[in-house]
Amino acid sequence: MEQVYVKLELIGFRIGRRLAERFAPPNRRLTDTLDIVKFVCKDIWMVMFNRQIDNLKTNHRGIYVLQDNKFKWFLRMSGNNGGAAAARRAQPYIWLPCGIIRGVLDSFGVNTVVIAETLGLPQCTFQIKVVNDA
Amino acid sequence: MEKQYKAIGEEAWKNNAEKINAELFIFTYGSLVVQLVKDYENYSAVNKQLDKMGYNIGVRMVDDMMARTSLERCTGFSATAEVIAKVGFKLFLNVIPTVANWSADAKEFSLILDDNPLNDFCELPPKAVADGLRYSNVLCGVIRGALEMMQMQTEVEYVRDVLCGDDVSEIRVKLLRMLDEEVPASDD
Repeated sequence: MEQVYVKLELIGFRIGRRLAERFAPPNRRLTDTLDIVKFVCKDIWMVMFNRQIDNLKTNHRGIYVLQDNKFKWFLRMSGNNGGAAAARRAQPYIWLPCGIIRGVLDSFGVNTVVIAETLGLPQCTFQIKVVNDA
Repeated sequence: MEKQYKAIGEEAWKNNAEKINAELFIFTYGSLVVQLVKDYENYSAVNKQLDKMGYNIGVRMVDDMMARTSLERCTGFSATAEVIAKVGFKLFLNVIPTVANWSADAKEFSLILDDNPLNDFCELPPKAVADGLRYSNVLCGVIRGALEMMQMQTEVEYVRDVLCGDDVSEIRVKLLRMLDEEVPASDD
């Protein structure tokens, strides 16, 4: 499972790098991390899922929480013994988008760790933590 | 008859298919192949893996295609070829390959792809070309898997690829035998 995570995350990371290059706004520069995260919430999410992130929260100290209430890949999922088990089994499906988010941010020079969790399908929360090691 | 398949494909693509951003799809496929190349360090193993993935996709995809269209049972292998090209490829990739090069016994044909969307943005390193990486080999697996669900055992091979310097991409499909109705084997 660990290995699957590493691989999916890496694949996502590469997609993110390319998406950022392809869809970065041509006429304005994104310098502020919040701007870049907003770019992920709006443009990138639009490209990937045809919708925008529902809710963005930040503590202004390097943590951003993105909430998608109808995460597209979860919409048609269900489990026979209730929410928690189904959510656990859906876990691998969010590793790829985690990698994508990290990849996009990395293209703009922001080093991050992205984790995701779901409390109940089809809701999904991504947490971005900026790492300052540069 | 041929016209009709084209119309079915067109109609299904327009009304019943959910669409995603083509570039996202292409980037995703590219990243996947890169990961496989890194993992296996051997291009023929990558080809094999892509084919296997495609098989597992195809097995499911044919169901989806049937659900989205109102196709009837194909009258023969030539009709099957038309459906693959005009409905299958149209519905999932929005391209229509040409069916050509039928063998004399009508059990083998080629799908000629003038435009393979997976190839966009892609350029193979010379070593990959020399060692025979079939970048879009997943398509072969998809066709094989889909046809197996329709009781046709086939052999599908990428014979020419634009990325390897050929002028068109060609996928060769060979019907081996018709399978009897049976419980499908579990996929791996």
